[in-house]
Amino acid sequence: MPSVCFYFQVHQPLRLRHYTVFDKDHNYFDQYKNAAICRKVANKCYLPTNRLLLELIRTFDGRFKVAFSLTGVLLEQLERYCPEVISTFDALAQTGHVEFLAETYYHSLSFLYSKQEFLEQIDKHVQTIRYYFGQTPRVFRNTELIYNNDLSHTIEALDRFDGILCEGADHVLGFRSPNFVYRPKACKHLRLLMKNYALSDDIAFRFSNRHWSEWPLTAEKFARWITQVNGCGHVVNLFMDYETFGEHQWADTGIFEFLRHLPAEILKHPDNNFLTPSEVIARYPVMDEIDVPHLISWADTERDLSAWLGNAMQSSAIHELYRLEKAIKATGDEQLLADWRRLQTSDHFYYMCTKWFADGDVHKYFNPYDSPYDAYINFMNVLDNLRGRCKMAPLASPVPDSGPRVLEPVG
Amino acid sequence: MRTGRTGEPLRVFMLGWEFPPFISGGLGTACYGLTKAMDQLGIQVTFVLPRAVGSRYATHVKLLTPESGTSYRYPQTAFRHVRFYAIPAHLQPYARPDARSMRLQQILQQKGLEHVRAAVGTPEVAPEAMHYAGDMFTQVQRYAALVAELASEEEFDLIHAHDWMTFPAGIAAAAVTGKPLIVHVHSTEFDRSGEHVNQRIYDIERAGMERADKVITVSYYTRNIIISRYGIPASKVEVVYNAVEGNGGWPLSGTGIKRDEKIVLFLGRITMQKGPEYFLMAAKKVLEVMNGVKFVMAGSGDMLHRAVSMAAELGIGHKVLFTGFLRGEEVRQIYRMADVYVMPSVSEPFGIAPLEALENDVPVIISKQSGVAEVLNHALKVDFWDVNEIANKIVAVLRYPALRMTLRDYGNFEVKKLRWQDSARRCLRIYEQMLVPV
Repeated sequence: MPSVCFYFQVHQPLRLRHYTVFDKDHNYFDQYKNAAICRKVANKCYLPTNRLLLELIRTFDGRFKVAFSLTGVLLEQLERYCPEVISTFDALAQTGHVEFLAETYYHSLSFLYSKQEFLEQIDKHVQTIRYYFGQTPRVFRNTELIYNNDLSHTIEALDRFDGILCEGADHVLGFRSPNFVYRPKACKHLRLLMKNYALSDDIAFRFSNRHWSEWPLTAEKFARWITQVNGCGHVVNLFMDYETFGEHQWADTGIFEFLRHLPAEILKHPDNNFLTPSEVIARYPVMDEIDVPHLISWADTERDLSAWLGNAMQSSAIHELYRLEKAIKATGDEQLLADWRRLQTSDHFYYMCTKWFADGDVHKYFNPYDSPYDAYINFMNVLDNLRGRCKMAPLASPVPDSGPRVLEPVG
Repeated sequence: MRTGRTGEPLRVFMLGWEFPPFISGGLGTACYGLTKAMDQLGIQVTFVLPRAVGSRYATHVKLLTPESGTSYRYPQTAFRHVRFYAIPAHLQPYARPDARSMRLQQILQQKGLEHVRAAVGTPEVAPEAMHYAGDMFTQVQRYAALVAELASEEEFDLIHAHDWMTFPAGIAAAAVTGKPLIVHVHSTEFDRSGEHVNQRIYDIERAGMERADKVITVSYYTRNIIISRYGIPASKVEVVYNAVEGNGGWPLSGTGIKRDEKIVLFLGRITMQKGPEYFLMAAKKVLEVMNGVKFVMAGSGDMLHRAVSMAAELGIGHKVLFTGFLRGEEVRQIYRMADVYVMPSVSEPFGIAPLEALENDVPVIISKQSGVAEVLNHALKVDFWDVNEIANKIVAVLRYPALRMTLRDYGNFEVKKLRWQDSARRCLRIYEQMLVPV
């Protein structure tokens, strides 16, 4: 003790093209931009970091391990634009020391709007992960770590997951530490792993900040902080975007050198080790019950949903979108369903956030729009076209889910 | 109280051409807002105008008419530190300018400043000015001569001249008194005329900017024009944004006015600069996909007739209403009716009207080729030539209440932060920098 539990979120949305009220075609997505961003991130982050992790896992012969959550929309893009990245993730999977988590295939907010759709997307994601990496995920993380009691209930009832992740928000934990395994309120077997946001953000956000009193952050220093948890915690959950490596923190900040040296520094202390989420759940006892009646997330300082649902445009867009569910599904049209689902990706609503003007940087990241208003107008134009298609489409009897291999053409 | 010298109020000799209610555009509105805020900061302003100030706006000020030597003093409330001089230049017989300019020549001669004459110009030719009725240049000349005369009798710390019509006067006043000169550019000849600039106006503008110790522009957009097209060193050009009066808008009486039709508003001079034809082309596009929309063009200008016939040619004549020039209460009325305000300006140094629209809870679509686009986040921004996109955004605002609501609420809040007080303070800072003894 303590165990270090790394989990990396890997996601890129399918960005919409500029679509006006006068456009009539069904090509909603900006293929060129999505391909360009996908390749750029692959070269700066996915490929070099995967290579490094593979090297580290081999060097430490399985004593170093990590977990990933790859969204379905990302996998679709990787398959199309840079398939070599998938094979490097597969190589990591083959080591047996990498765990893949489950989430909604489309990185959606469906839990908030349609339980049915939510469950369908989890199922689609689990099947996809099984197809690519031969693993059946046992731990669930919801989009942007959005979480409450209701979610843990829903997940426990599925009887296919052992654990769930959430933000170690201060107002939820109170005096308690995020460095233990908890049980969600009113759940029996499900376990809750909470992000240690202080230590996670030291890497994800503060690493290259020269005004930070701890800059420069070395692997040795960070390992010392981890070791200090000894005696007052079982596990340090380091949850972050995978793009931290090479993209949010560029290579010249020394982020890769940091990662390269971190396992050795942490393992210098005999009590320390690395575990994946499932291993953490299997190893440590439950310390307490966590009650989260209100929705929380890992976003911004508010740790709430205001980044996606903070203004009238966002909530109107998302309500209009989910209102189409029945009609879309009644058509049995696979392409229509896929397009509708791709619009559910949370990023579309994130781009409409007006907080953006206040605390820019994170929100601007790969944001294709100049303003949240442009994002809303574009989205609503696409949605309007989709609604029109839906009305025109003949009704069909429901088609059984055709499985993960079916990749509908993008755009 | 701030000071230029030893604990005494800073005194500004300010030269303007318009003041409400006699305005043709944003210049008068801006001068009014700025002087009122300067007044509140305790800056002593002597405001010299070429014509009488309308009684409704300036009943409380000391009004001096140098022509007759009579002075009128009214009870002062709104402007405590501002004095207005009205030079009734355009009321003078046309025979007079020569005498006036002779007087200026004399003053300059006495002071050994004959080289200034070239910059101030000579009054013998007065070709038709493009945007102002009558012999504009003659008026500009006469104004300059009278101002020079006044300046030698007045006590002040610096000269602040608004737009080219007052630049010759500013140059003359600076020459006879040796006081620092600031020229304030609210619009350039390139904004008003595109590439077909009136060379004479351009020359006056450039002479004023070159002679000035500081140039103030109303946006970075205009600052770029000043640097790139007038060759003025960047270090000399400062930006002071315009603002709005902050009446907090007018409460909407009977909010749920039952109207079957949506109203899209264009409000401004109907001139090349304001892009009326792009408004009409966008209107045509909107009507292709939406019913029950009326387009209102409020304002007058040299393209009014062209706009009327263009609407007819596009086959949307019955959907476009022309109201003519509106002021005061009429403007409020039209804002009260509008669902969205569109400013498709080809080149807009600032653009106060969108701020007024937002103040009146009307969401705005503004040209990216404008200064106001630099200060507004909560506005839809378009390239003036992108008719498709203008139409796209009009349709979106009319169709989606959530968009309207967000734009209106955040926009209204944002506008409240743009105060003339801040603009006046920026000016004061520039004054103080200039008056620091070297």
